[in-house]
Amino acid sequence: MSHATPLRHRTGRALLIGAALLWLAFFVLLPLLSVFAQALPAAATGLTAGFKAIGHGAPVKALGAIGSGFAHSWSPYWEAITQPDALAAIKLTLIAAGIAVPANLVFGIAVSWAITKFDFPGKGLLISLVDLPLSVSPVVAGLIYVLMFGATGWFGPWLVEHDVQIVFAVPGIVLATIFVTFPFVARELIPVMTEQGRDDETAAVALGASGWQTFWHVTLPNIRWGLLYGVLLCNARAMGEFGAVSVVSGHIRGETNTMPLHVEILYNEYNFLAAFAVASLLALLALVTLVLKGLLEWRYGHGGSARH
Amino acid sequence: MTRRSVIPGFGLTLGFGLLYLSLLVLIPLSTIFVKSAGMGWHDFVRVAFASRTLAAYRLSFGAAAAAAAVNLAAGLLVAWVLVRYDFAGKKLVSAMVDLPFALPTAVAGIALTALYAPNGWIGQFLSPLGIKIAYTPIGITIALIFIGLPLVVRTIEPVLADMPREVEEAAETLGATRLQTFTRVLLPALFPAMLTGFALAFARGIGEYGSVIFISGNMPFATEIAPLRIVGQLEEFDYAGATAIAAVMLVVSFAMLFFINLVQIWARRRMEA
Repeated sequence: MSHATPLRHRTGRALLIGAALLWLAFFVLLPLLSVFAQALPAAATGLTAGFKAIGHGAPVKALGAIGSGFAHSWSPYWEAITQPDALAAIKLTLIAAGIAVPANLVFGIAVSWAITKFDFPGKGLLISLVDLPLSVSPVVAGLIYVLMFGATGWFGPWLVEHDVQIVFAVPGIVLATIFVTFPFVARELIPVMTEQGRDDETAAVALGASGWQTFWHVTLPNIRWGLLYGVLLCNARAMGEFGAVSVVSGHIRGETNTMPLHVEILYNEYNFLAAFAVASLLALLALVTLVLKGLLEWRYGHGGSARH
Repeated sequence: MTRRSVIPGFGLTLGFGLLYLSLLVLIPLSTIFVKSAGMGWHDFVRVAFASRTLAAYRLSFGAAAAAAAVNLAAGLLVAWVLVRYDFAGKKLVSAMVDLPFALPTAVAGIALTALYAPNGWIGQFLSPLGIKIAYTPIGITIALIFIGLPLVVRTIEPVLADMPREVEEAAETLGATRLQTFTRVLLPALFPAMLTGFALAFARGIGEYGSVIFISGNMPFATEIAPLRIVGQLEEFDYAGATAIAAVMLVVSFAMLFFINLVQIWARRRMEA
Protein backbone atom coordinates (compact mmCIF):
# COMPACT_ATOMS: atom_id res chain seq x y z
CA MET A 1 0.00 0.00 0.00
CA SER A 2 3.03 2.24 0.29
CA HIS A 3 2.78 3.49 -3.30
CA ALA A 4 -0.70 4.79 -2.51
CA THR A 5 0.52 6.77 0.49
CA PRO A 6 0.48 10.50 -0.19
CA LEU A 7 3.84 12.21 -0.35
CA ARG A 8 3.33 14.21 2.85
CA HIS A 9 2.82 10.94 4.75
CA ARG A 10 6.05 9.56 3.35
CA THR A 11 8.04 12.63 4.39
CA GLY A 12 6.41 12.43 7.80
CA ARG A 13 7.39 8.79 8.04
CA ALA A 14 11.02 9.51 7.16
CA LEU A 15 11.15 12.39 9.63
CA LEU A 16 9.71 10.31 12.47
CA ILE A 17 12.00 7.33 11.82
CA GLY A 18 14.97 9.70 11.62
CA ALA A 19 14.05 11.44 14.87
CA ALA A 20 13.61 8.12 16.71
CA LEU A 21 16.92 6.77 15.40
CA LEU A 22 18.72 9.97 16.32
CA TRP A 23 17.30 9.90 19.83
CA LEU A 24 18.33 6.26 20.36
CA ALA A 25 21.77 6.82 18.86
CA PHE A 26 22.38 9.76 21.15
CA PHE A 27 20.94 8.41 24.37
CA VAL A 28 21.58 4.67 24.06
CA LEU A 29 24.22 3.84 21.45
CA LEU A 30 26.68 6.58 22.38
CA PRO A 31 26.98 5.54 26.06
CA LEU A 32 27.52 1.92 24.95
CA LEU A 33 30.22 2.90 22.46
CA SER A 34 31.93 5.09 25.02
CA VAL A 35 32.37 2.09 27.36
CA PHE A 36 34.44 0.28 24.74
CA ALA A 37 36.25 3.44 23.65
CA GLN A 38 37.32 4.16 27.23
CA ALA A 39 38.32 0.54 27.81
CA LEU A 40 40.44 0.41 24.64
CA PRO A 41 41.56 4.04 24.12
CA ALA A 42 44.45 3.25 21.77
CA ALA A 43 42.14 1.12 19.63
CA ALA A 44 39.62 3.97 19.51
CA THR A 45 42.34 6.42 18.41
CA GLY A 46 43.52 3.84 15.84
CA LEU A 47 39.99 3.46 14.47
CA THR A 48 39.58 7.24 14.16
CA ALA A 49 42.93 7.55 12.38
CA GLY A 50 42.02 4.55 10.23
CA PHE A 51 38.72 6.09 9.09
CA LYS A 52 40.53 9.34 8.25
CA ALA A 53 43.09 7.39 6.20
CA ILE A 54 40.29 5.59 4.34
CA GLY A 55 38.81 9.03 3.66
CA HIS A 56 42.11 10.04 2.14
CA GLY A 57 42.17 6.87 0.04
CA ALA A 58 44.93 5.10 1.93
CA PRO A 59 43.49 1.70 2.94
CA VAL A 60 46.86 0.13 3.83
CA LYS A 61 47.70 2.99 6.16
CA ALA A 62 44.19 2.66 7.63
CA LEU A 63 44.68 -1.04 8.37
CA GLY A 64 48.04 -0.25 9.94
CA ALA A 65 46.57 2.43 12.22
CA ILE A 66 43.68 0.22 13.31
CA GLY A 67 45.94 -2.79 13.84
CA SER A 68 48.51 -0.96 15.91
CA GLY A 69 45.74 0.71 17.93
CA PHE A 70 44.32 -2.66 18.93
CA ALA A 71 47.78 -4.07 19.58
CA HIS A 72 48.55 -1.19 21.96
CA SER A 73 45.22 -1.49 23.73
CA TRP A 74 45.22 -5.20 24.22
CA SER A 75 47.88 -5.67 26.88
CA PRO A 76 46.65 -3.07 29.44
CA TYR A 77 43.10 -4.32 28.83
CA TRP A 78 44.07 -7.94 29.40
CA GLU A 79 46.04 -6.94 32.49
CA ALA A 80 43.03 -5.10 33.95
CA ILE A 81 40.63 -8.00 33.51
CA THR A 82 43.03 -10.73 34.66
CA GLN A 83 44.34 -8.92 37.72
CA PRO A 84 43.64 -11.08 40.86
CA ASP A 85 41.02 -8.70 42.32
CA ALA A 86 39.20 -8.57 38.99
CA LEU A 87 39.24 -12.36 38.69
CA ALA A 88 37.92 -12.66 42.27
CA ALA A 89 35.12 -10.20 41.38
CA ILE A 90 34.24 -12.20 38.25
CA LYS A 91 34.18 -15.39 40.32
CA LEU A 92 31.91 -13.87 42.99
CA THR A 93 29.53 -12.52 40.34
CA LEU A 94 29.30 -16.00 38.81
CA ILE A 95 28.69 -17.57 42.24
CA ALA A 96 25.96 -15.06 43.17
CA ALA A 97 24.17 -15.47 39.84
CA GLY A 98 24.79 -19.25 39.96
CA ILE A 99 22.78 -19.49 43.20
CA ALA A 100 20.21 -16.71 42.67
CA VAL A 101 19.09 -17.74 39.17
CA PRO A 102 18.38 -21.46 39.93
CA ALA A 103 16.68 -20.49 43.21
CA ASN A 104 14.36 -18.04 41.46
CA LEU A 105 13.86 -20.55 38.64
CA VAL A 106 12.51 -23.20 41.05
CA PHE A 107 10.34 -20.59 42.79
CA GLY A 108 9.14 -19.21 39.45
CA ILE A 109 8.05 -22.63 38.21
CA ALA A 110 6.36 -23.53 41.52
CA VAL A 111 4.42 -20.29 41.91
CA SER A 112 3.40 -20.20 38.22
CA TRP A 113 2.16 -23.79 38.49
CA ALA A 114 0.04 -22.92 41.54
CA ILE A 115 -1.28 -19.72 39.96
CA THR A 116 -2.11 -21.07 36.50
CA LYS A 117 -3.25 -24.65 37.19
CA PHE A 118 -5.53 -23.97 40.16
CA ASP A 119 -8.16 -21.51 41.34
CA PHE A 120 -7.87 -20.10 44.81
CA PRO A 121 -8.85 -16.90 46.59
CA GLY A 122 -6.19 -14.18 46.79
CA LYS A 123 -4.58 -15.14 43.49
CA GLY A 124 -4.49 -11.53 42.27
CA LEU A 125 -2.79 -10.45 45.48
CA LEU A 126 -0.19 -13.22 45.12
CA ILE A 127 0.64 -12.09 41.57
CA SER A 128 1.09 -8.51 42.81
CA LEU A 129 3.32 -9.69 45.67
CA VAL A 130 5.53 -11.65 43.26
CA ASP A 131 6.08 -8.41 41.31
CA LEU A 132 6.67 -6.35 44.46
CA PRO A 133 10.50 -6.41 44.44
CA LEU A 134 10.46 -4.58 41.09
CA SER A 135 9.08 -1.46 42.75
CA VAL A 136 11.52 -1.44 45.64
CA SER A 137 14.63 0.72 45.33
CA PRO A 138 17.78 -1.45 45.10
CA VAL A 139 19.22 0.41 48.07
CA VAL A 140 16.17 -0.49 50.18
CA ALA A 141 16.50 -4.09 48.96
CA GLY A 142 19.97 -4.17 50.48
CA LEU A 143 18.95 -2.34 53.65
CA ILE A 144 16.26 -4.88 54.61
CA TYR A 145 18.85 -7.66 54.86
CA VAL A 146 21.08 -5.45 57.00
CA LEU A 147 18.07 -4.92 59.31
CA MET A 148 17.50 -8.69 59.40
CA PHE A 149 21.02 -10.08 59.65
CA GLY A 150 23.28 -7.13 60.58
CA ALA A 151 24.97 -7.03 64.01
CA THR A 152 22.08 -4.93 65.43
CA GLY A 153 19.43 -6.64 63.27
CA TRP A 154 16.66 -9.06 64.23
CA PHE A 155 18.86 -12.15 64.02
CA GLY A 156 22.10 -10.24 64.66
CA PRO A 157 22.79 -11.38 68.25
CA TRP A 158 22.08 -15.02 67.42
CA LEU A 159 24.31 -14.90 64.34
CA VAL A 160 27.14 -13.26 66.25
CA GLU A 161 26.84 -15.87 68.98
CA HIS A 162 27.08 -18.69 66.46
CA ASP A 163 29.78 -16.94 64.45
CA VAL A 164 27.77 -16.82 61.22
CA GLN A 165 28.27 -13.82 58.97
CA ILE A 166 25.56 -13.07 56.41
CA VAL A 167 25.67 -9.33 55.80
CA PHE A 168 28.94 -7.85 54.53
CA ALA A 169 29.79 -11.34 53.28
CA VAL A 170 28.89 -13.61 50.37
CA PRO A 171 25.51 -14.88 51.74
CA GLY A 172 24.23 -11.29 51.97
CA ILE A 173 25.24 -10.65 48.36
CA VAL A 174 23.39 -13.79 47.26
CA LEU A 175 20.26 -12.80 49.25
CA ALA A 176 20.21 -9.27 47.80
CA THR A 177 20.68 -10.70 44.29
CA ILE A 178 17.78 -13.13 44.82
CA PHE A 179 15.57 -10.23 45.95
CA VAL A 180 16.17 -7.97 42.96
CA THR A 181 15.80 -10.82 40.43
CA PHE A 182 12.89 -12.42 42.28
CA PRO A 183 10.00 -11.87 39.78
CA PHE A 184 11.78 -12.36 36.44
CA VAL A 185 11.10 -16.08 35.81
CA ALA A 186 7.59 -16.07 37.28
CA ARG A 187 6.40 -13.03 35.29
CA GLU A 188 7.47 -14.68 32.02
CA LEU A 189 5.97 -18.07 32.92
CA ILE A 190 2.57 -16.93 34.25
CA PRO A 191 1.31 -15.52 30.89
CA VAL A 192 2.76 -18.47 28.92
CA MET A 193 1.22 -21.08 31.23
CA THR A 194 -2.11 -19.23 31.37
CA GLU A 195 -2.28 -19.33 27.59
CA GLN A 196 -1.43 -23.05 27.57
CA GLY A 197 -4.40 -23.81 29.83
CA ARG A 198 -4.90 -26.97 31.87
CA ASP A 199 -6.24 -29.47 29.32
CA ASP A 200 -2.91 -31.12 28.51
CA GLU A 201 -2.05 -31.70 32.15
CA THR A 202 -5.57 -32.90 33.00
CA ALA A 203 -5.41 -35.40 30.14
CA ALA A 204 -1.95 -36.63 31.19
CA VAL A 205 -3.11 -37.20 34.76
CA ALA A 206 -6.27 -38.96 33.55
CA LEU A 207 -4.04 -41.30 31.53
CA GLY A 208 -2.20 -42.19 34.72
CA ALA A 209 0.87 -39.94 34.65
CA SER A 210 2.29 -38.83 37.99
CA GLY A 211 2.59 -35.14 38.81
CA TRP A 212 6.31 -35.14 38.12
CA GLN A 213 5.88 -37.01 34.80
CA THR A 214 3.16 -34.57 33.79
CA PHE A 215 5.40 -31.60 34.49
CA TRP A 216 8.48 -33.09 32.88
CA HIS A 217 6.90 -34.53 29.71
CA VAL A 218 3.83 -32.35 29.15
CA THR A 219 4.28 -28.90 30.71
CA LEU A 220 8.01 -28.33 30.36
CA PRO A 221 8.18 -28.83 26.56
CA ASN A 222 5.39 -26.25 26.24
CA ILE A 223 7.01 -23.59 28.38
CA ARG A 224 10.70 -24.09 27.65
CA TRP A 225 11.16 -20.93 25.55
CA GLY A 226 9.38 -18.75 28.08
CA LEU A 227 11.46 -20.39 30.79
CA LEU A 228 14.71 -19.65 28.94
CA TYR A 229 13.57 -16.07 28.35
CA GLY A 230 12.92 -15.55 32.06
CA VAL A 231 16.25 -17.15 33.03
CA LEU A 232 18.06 -14.90 30.56
CA LEU A 233 16.57 -11.69 31.97
CA CYS A 234 17.04 -12.94 35.54
CA ASN A 235 20.70 -13.71 34.87
CA ALA A 236 21.41 -10.34 33.24
CA ARG A 237 20.05 -8.50 36.25
CA ALA A 238 21.75 -10.87 38.72
CA MET A 239 25.19 -10.31 37.22
CA GLY A 240 24.74 -6.57 36.81
CA GLU A 241 23.04 -5.63 40.09
CA PHE A 242 24.78 -2.78 41.85
CA GLY A 243 22.74 -0.87 44.45
CA ALA A 244 21.37 -3.74 46.53
CA VAL A 245 24.64 -5.65 46.48
CA SER A 246 26.59 -2.50 47.30
CA VAL A 247 24.67 -2.04 50.57
CA VAL A 248 25.22 -5.61 51.83
CA SER A 249 28.76 -6.04 50.52
CA GLY A 250 31.62 -5.21 52.84
CA HIS A 251 33.51 -3.76 49.85
CA ILE A 252 36.48 -5.95 50.67
CA ARG A 253 38.68 -6.20 47.58
CA GLY A 254 39.14 -9.74 46.37
CA GLU A 255 36.54 -11.05 48.83
CA THR A 256 33.12 -9.38 48.74
CA ASN A 257 33.35 -7.41 45.49
CA THR A 258 31.23 -8.38 42.55
CA MET A 259 32.08 -7.08 39.07
CA PRO A 260 29.90 -3.93 39.24
CA LEU A 261 31.33 -3.12 42.69
CA HIS A 262 34.86 -3.66 41.38
CA VAL A 263 34.09 -1.19 38.58
CA GLU A 264 33.02 1.38 41.17
CA ILE A 265 36.17 0.96 43.29
CA LEU A 266 38.48 1.27 40.27
CA TYR A 267 36.54 4.30 39.04
CA ASN A 268 36.69 6.05 42.41
CA GLU A 269 40.46 5.43 42.46
CA TYR A 270 40.67 7.27 39.11
CA ASN A 271 41.86 4.04 37.49
CA PHE A 272 39.51 4.71 34.56
CA LEU A 273 41.19 2.35 32.10
CA ALA A 274 40.76 -0.67 34.38
CA ALA A 275 37.25 0.43 35.46
CA PHE A 276 36.08 0.61 31.85
CA ALA A 277 37.88 -2.64 30.97
CA VAL A 278 35.87 -4.54 33.61
CA ALA A 279 32.76 -2.53 32.65
CA SER A 280 33.23 -3.59 29.02
CA LEU A 281 32.91 -7.23 30.10
CA LEU A 282 29.55 -6.37 31.68
CA ALA A 283 28.57 -4.47 28.52
CA LEU A 284 29.45 -7.57 26.48
CA LEU A 285 27.22 -9.61 28.78
CA ALA A 286 24.40 -7.15 28.06
CA LEU A 287 24.98 -7.46 24.30
CA VAL A 288 25.01 -11.27 24.45
CA THR A 289 21.80 -11.14 26.51
CA LEU A 290 20.13 -8.94 23.88
CA VAL A 291 21.25 -11.21 21.01
CA LEU A 292 19.95 -14.33 22.79
CA LYS A 293 16.74 -12.50 23.66
CA GLY A 294 16.28 -11.59 20.01
CA LEU A 295 16.89 -15.21 18.99
CA LEU A 296 14.35 -16.47 21.54
CA GLU A 297 11.74 -13.94 20.39
CA TRP A 298 12.31 -15.05 16.82
CA ARG A 299 12.20 -18.74 17.78
CA TYR A 300 9.12 -18.70 19.97
CA GLY A 301 7.44 -15.54 18.85
CA HIS A 302 7.46 -13.59 22.07
CA GLY A 303 5.55 -10.42 21.30
CA GLY A 304 8.07 -8.18 23.00
CA SER A 305 5.41 -7.46 25.57
CA ALA A 306 7.74 -8.16 28.47
CA ARG A 307 7.57 -5.24 30.84
CA HIS A 308 10.70 -5.01 32.88
CA MET B 1 -15.79 -23.02 37.65
CA THR B 2 -14.51 -26.14 39.35
CA ARG B 3 -12.51 -25.48 42.45
CA ARG B 4 -11.10 -29.00 42.40
CA SER B 5 -8.52 -29.74 39.76
CA VAL B 6 -7.24 -33.25 39.03
CA ILE B 7 -3.78 -31.82 38.43
CA PRO B 8 -1.58 -32.63 41.43
CA GLY B 9 0.88 -30.42 43.25
CA PHE B 10 -1.33 -27.57 44.47
CA GLY B 11 -0.31 -27.80 48.12
CA LEU B 12 3.35 -28.35 47.34
CA THR B 13 3.81 -25.54 44.80
CA LEU B 14 1.67 -22.96 46.59
CA GLY B 15 3.19 -23.86 49.96
CA PHE B 16 6.73 -23.60 48.66
CA GLY B 17 5.94 -20.41 46.76
CA LEU B 18 4.43 -18.71 49.81
CA LEU B 19 7.25 -19.85 52.07
CA TYR B 20 9.92 -18.58 49.66
CA LEU B 21 8.04 -15.30 49.12
CA SER B 22 7.64 -14.76 52.86
CA LEU B 23 11.20 -15.63 53.83
CA LEU B 24 12.95 -13.65 51.09
CA VAL B 25 10.62 -10.74 50.39
CA LEU B 26 7.78 -10.15 52.84
CA ILE B 27 9.52 -10.69 56.19
CA PRO B 28 12.65 -8.75 55.16
CA LEU B 29 10.48 -5.87 53.84
CA SER B 30 8.48 -5.83 57.07
CA THR B 31 11.65 -4.89 58.99
CA ILE B 32 11.38 -1.39 57.54
CA PHE B 33 7.88 -0.84 58.91
CA VAL B 34 8.45 -2.60 62.24
CA LYS B 35 11.61 -0.59 62.90
CA SER B 36 9.93 2.65 61.78
CA ALA B 37 6.93 1.99 64.02
CA GLY B 38 9.28 1.44 66.94
CA MET B 39 10.82 4.88 66.48
CA GLY B 40 7.79 6.87 67.58
CA TRP B 41 6.09 9.44 65.38
CA HIS B 42 8.10 12.43 66.56
CA ASP B 43 11.50 10.82 65.99
CA PHE B 44 10.40 9.37 62.70
CA VAL B 45 9.35 12.74 61.31
CA ARG B 46 12.53 14.35 62.61
CA VAL B 47 14.80 11.90 60.72
CA ALA B 48 12.65 11.17 57.69
CA PHE B 49 11.99 14.84 56.94
CA ALA B 50 15.24 16.52 58.01
CA SER B 51 16.11 19.45 55.74
CA ARG B 52 18.99 17.66 53.97
CA THR B 53 16.74 14.66 53.34
CA LEU B 54 13.89 16.87 52.14
CA ALA B 55 16.29 18.39 49.59
CA ALA B 56 17.16 14.85 48.47
CA TYR B 57 13.47 13.90 48.02
CA ARG B 58 12.84 17.08 46.03
CA LEU B 59 15.78 16.29 43.75
CA SER B 60 14.87 12.61 43.31
CA PHE B 61 11.18 13.26 42.69
CA GLY B 62 11.85 16.27 40.47
CA ALA B 63 14.50 14.57 38.31
CA ALA B 64 12.41 11.38 38.08
CA ALA B 65 9.32 13.36 36.99
CA ALA B 66 11.30 15.37 34.42
CA ALA B 67 12.95 12.23 33.01
CA ALA B 68 9.62 10.38 32.88
CA ALA B 69 8.06 13.33 31.02
CA VAL B 70 10.88 13.38 28.45
CA ASN B 71 10.59 9.59 28.09
CA LEU B 72 6.87 9.89 27.54
CA ALA B 73 7.47 11.99 24.40
CA ALA B 74 10.54 10.05 23.22
CA GLY B 75 8.96 6.70 24.12
CA LEU B 76 5.79 7.52 22.20
CA LEU B 77 7.88 8.45 19.15
CA VAL B 78 10.00 5.26 19.33
CA ALA B 79 6.97 3.03 19.98
CA TRP B 80 5.13 4.66 17.06
CA VAL B 81 8.06 4.09 14.69
CA LEU B 82 8.47 0.46 15.83
CA VAL B 83 4.76 -0.38 15.49
CA ARG B 84 3.71 1.58 12.43
CA TYR B 85 6.69 1.51 10.08
CA ASP B 86 8.78 -1.21 8.48
CA PHE B 87 12.35 -0.35 7.73
CA ALA B 88 15.73 -2.03 7.44
CA GLY B 89 17.35 -2.71 10.79
CA LYS B 90 14.13 -2.50 12.78
CA LYS B 91 15.09 -5.54 14.89
CA LEU B 92 18.33 -3.79 15.80
CA VAL B 93 16.46 -0.63 16.82
CA SER B 94 14.14 -2.72 18.97
CA ALA B 95 17.14 -4.35 20.66
CA MET B 96 18.61 -0.89 21.32
CA VAL B 97 15.47 0.01 23.25
CA ASP B 98 16.17 -2.88 25.63
CA LEU B 99 19.83 -2.00 26.13
CA PRO B 100 19.25 0.24 29.19
CA PHE B 101 17.53 -2.72 30.82
CA ALA B 102 20.31 -5.19 29.99
CA LEU B 103 23.27 -2.90 30.70
CA PRO B 104 24.29 -2.99 34.39
CA THR B 105 23.44 0.34 36.02
CA ALA B 106 26.99 1.01 37.24
CA VAL B 107 28.28 0.62 33.68
CA ALA B 108 25.66 3.05 32.42
CA GLY B 109 26.62 5.42 35.22
CA ILE B 110 30.33 5.62 34.42
CA ALA B 111 29.67 5.68 30.65
CA LEU B 112 27.28 8.64 30.94
CA THR B 113 29.66 10.46 33.26
CA ALA B 114 32.52 9.96 30.78
CA LEU B 115 30.31 11.34 27.97
CA TYR B 116 29.02 14.42 29.79
CA ALA B 117 32.08 15.34 31.89
CA PRO B 118 33.62 18.67 30.73
CA ASN B 119 36.30 16.76 28.74
CA GLY B 120 33.94 14.03 27.48
CA TRP B 121 32.67 13.38 23.94
CA ILE B 122 29.58 15.54 24.53
CA GLY B 123 30.71 17.65 27.48
CA GLN B 124 33.61 19.19 25.54
CA PHE B 125 31.17 20.91 23.18
CA LEU B 126 28.90 22.12 25.99
CA SER B 127 31.41 23.38 28.52
CA PRO B 128 32.67 26.30 26.32
CA LEU B 129 29.02 27.39 26.16
CA GLY B 130 28.90 27.39 29.95
CA ILE B 131 26.55 24.39 30.08
CA LYS B 132 27.38 21.90 32.79
CA ILE B 133 25.65 18.52 32.74
CA ALA B 134 27.74 16.07 34.75
CA TYR B 135 27.55 16.67 38.52
CA THR B 136 24.33 18.74 38.16
CA PRO B 137 20.61 17.83 38.37
CA ILE B 138 20.57 17.78 34.54
CA GLY B 139 23.09 14.92 34.60
CA ILE B 140 20.88 13.03 37.05
CA THR B 141 17.89 13.56 34.76
CA ILE B 142 19.85 12.28 31.75
CA ALA B 143 20.78 9.10 33.64
CA LEU B 144 17.10 8.59 34.53
CA ILE B 145 16.07 9.21 30.90
CA PHE B 146 18.46 6.42 29.89
CA ILE B 147 17.09 4.00 32.53
CA GLY B 148 13.39 4.74 31.94
CA LEU B 149 13.19 4.58 28.14
CA PRO B 150 12.43 0.82 27.78
CA LEU B 151 9.70 1.02 30.44
CA VAL B 152 7.75 3.65 28.50
CA VAL B 153 8.32 2.16 25.03
CA ARG B 154 7.39 -1.39 26.07
CA THR B 155 4.23 -0.15 27.83
CA ILE B 156 2.93 1.93 24.91
CA GLU B 157 4.04 -0.46 22.14
CA PRO B 158 1.54 -3.35 22.67
CA VAL B 159 -1.41 -0.96 23.12
CA LEU B 160 -0.50 0.92 19.96
CA ALA B 161 -0.11 -2.37 18.08
CA ASP B 162 -3.62 -3.48 19.15
CA MET B 163 -5.25 -0.23 18.07
CA PRO B 164 -7.36 -0.61 14.94
CA ARG B 165 -6.10 1.71 12.20
CA GLU B 166 -9.62 1.97 10.77
CA VAL B 167 -10.50 4.53 13.44
CA GLU B 168 -7.72 6.83 12.27
CA GLU B 169 -8.60 6.27 8.64
CA ALA B 170 -12.22 7.07 9.44
CA ALA B 171 -11.20 10.28 11.15
CA GLU B 172 -9.14 11.29 8.13
CA THR B 173 -11.92 10.38 5.73
CA LEU B 174 -14.23 12.60 7.75
CA GLY B 175 -11.82 15.47 7.11
CA ALA B 176 -9.70 15.53 10.25
CA THR B 177 -6.16 16.82 9.81
CA ARG B 178 -3.20 14.68 10.90
CA LEU B 179 -2.83 16.79 14.03
CA GLN B 180 -6.53 16.47 14.87
CA THR B 181 -6.41 12.70 14.34
CA PHE B 182 -3.42 12.54 16.67
CA THR B 183 -4.79 14.71 19.48
CA ARG B 184 -8.47 13.68 19.27
CA VAL B 185 -8.24 10.00 18.32
CA LEU B 186 -4.83 8.57 19.13
CA LEU B 187 -3.87 10.35 22.33
CA PRO B 188 -7.11 9.60 24.20
CA ALA B 189 -6.84 5.92 23.27
CA LEU B 190 -3.20 5.77 24.35
CA PHE B 191 -3.71 7.82 27.49
CA PRO B 192 -3.92 4.95 30.02
CA ALA B 193 -0.80 3.29 28.57
CA MET B 194 1.04 6.61 28.63
CA LEU B 195 0.02 7.22 32.22
CA THR B 196 1.20 3.72 33.19
CA GLY B 197 4.49 4.19 31.35
CA PHE B 198 5.04 7.53 33.05
CA ALA B 199 4.30 6.05 36.48
CA LEU B 200 6.62 3.07 35.88
CA ALA B 201 9.47 5.32 34.74
CA PHE B 202 8.86 7.72 37.63
CA ALA B 203 8.81 4.90 40.21
CA ARG B 204 12.00 3.43 38.78
CA GLY B 205 13.60 6.86 38.74
CA ILE B 206 13.06 7.74 42.39
CA GLY B 207 14.70 4.50 43.53
CA GLU B 208 17.49 4.38 40.94
CA TYR B 209 21.01 4.33 42.36
CA GLY B 210 23.76 2.80 40.22
CA SER B 211 23.37 4.86 37.06
CA VAL B 212 22.95 8.12 38.99
CA ILE B 213 25.61 8.26 41.71
CA PHE B 214 28.54 8.58 39.30
CA ILE B 215 27.10 11.48 37.32
CA SER B 216 25.38 13.24 40.23
CA GLY B 217 28.35 14.65 42.14
CA ASN B 218 26.61 13.81 45.43
CA MET B 219 26.75 17.26 47.03
CA PRO B 220 24.43 17.61 50.06
CA PHE B 221 21.44 19.93 49.38
CA ALA B 222 22.38 20.15 45.67
CA THR B 223 22.96 16.83 43.88
CA GLU B 224 22.35 14.22 46.55
CA ILE B 225 19.54 11.77 45.66
CA ALA B 226 17.27 10.10 48.22
CA PRO B 227 18.71 6.55 47.86
CA LEU B 228 22.17 8.00 48.50
CA ARG B 229 20.86 9.51 51.76
CA ILE B 230 20.01 5.95 52.87
CA VAL B 231 23.52 4.76 52.01
CA GLY B 232 25.00 7.82 53.78
CA GLN B 233 23.05 7.09 56.98
CA LEU B 234 24.12 3.43 56.82
CA GLU B 235 27.78 4.41 56.49
CA GLU B 236 27.37 6.44 59.69
CA PHE B 237 25.75 3.36 61.30
CA ASP B 238 22.54 5.39 61.72
CA TYR B 239 20.21 2.46 60.96
CA ALA B 240 17.13 4.26 62.28
CA GLY B 241 17.77 7.22 59.97
CA ALA B 242 18.29 4.94 56.97
CA THR B 243 15.13 3.00 57.80
CA ALA B 244 12.96 6.13 58.14
CA ILE B 245 13.98 7.36 54.67
CA ALA B 246 13.49 3.85 53.25
CA ALA B 247 9.97 3.78 54.76
CA VAL B 248 9.06 7.05 53.03
CA MET B 249 10.40 5.75 49.71
CA LEU B 250 8.59 2.41 50.09
CA VAL B 251 5.30 4.20 50.81
CA VAL B 252 5.75 6.32 47.67
CA SER B 253 6.63 3.20 45.61
CA PHE B 254 3.59 1.32 46.89
CA ALA B 255 1.39 4.33 46.19
CA MET B 256 2.70 4.39 42.61
CA LEU B 257 2.05 0.65 42.29
CA PHE B 258 -1.50 1.14 43.55
CA PHE B 259 -1.99 4.04 41.13
CA ILE B 260 -0.73 1.93 38.20
CA ASN B 261 -3.18 -0.86 39.10
CA LEU B 262 -6.05 1.65 39.28
CA VAL B 263 -5.13 2.99 35.83
CA GLN B 264 -5.08 -0.56 34.44
CA ILE B 265 -8.51 -1.34 35.90
CA TRP B 266 -9.87 1.96 34.57
CA ALA B 267 -8.39 1.26 31.11
CA ARG B 268 -9.91 -2.23 31.03
CA ARG B 269 -13.35 -0.88 32.01
CA ARG B 270 -13.07 1.80 29.34
CA MET B 271 -12.16 -0.82 26.72
CA GLU B 272 -15.22 -2.89 27.63
CA ALA B 273 -17.55 0.09 27.63
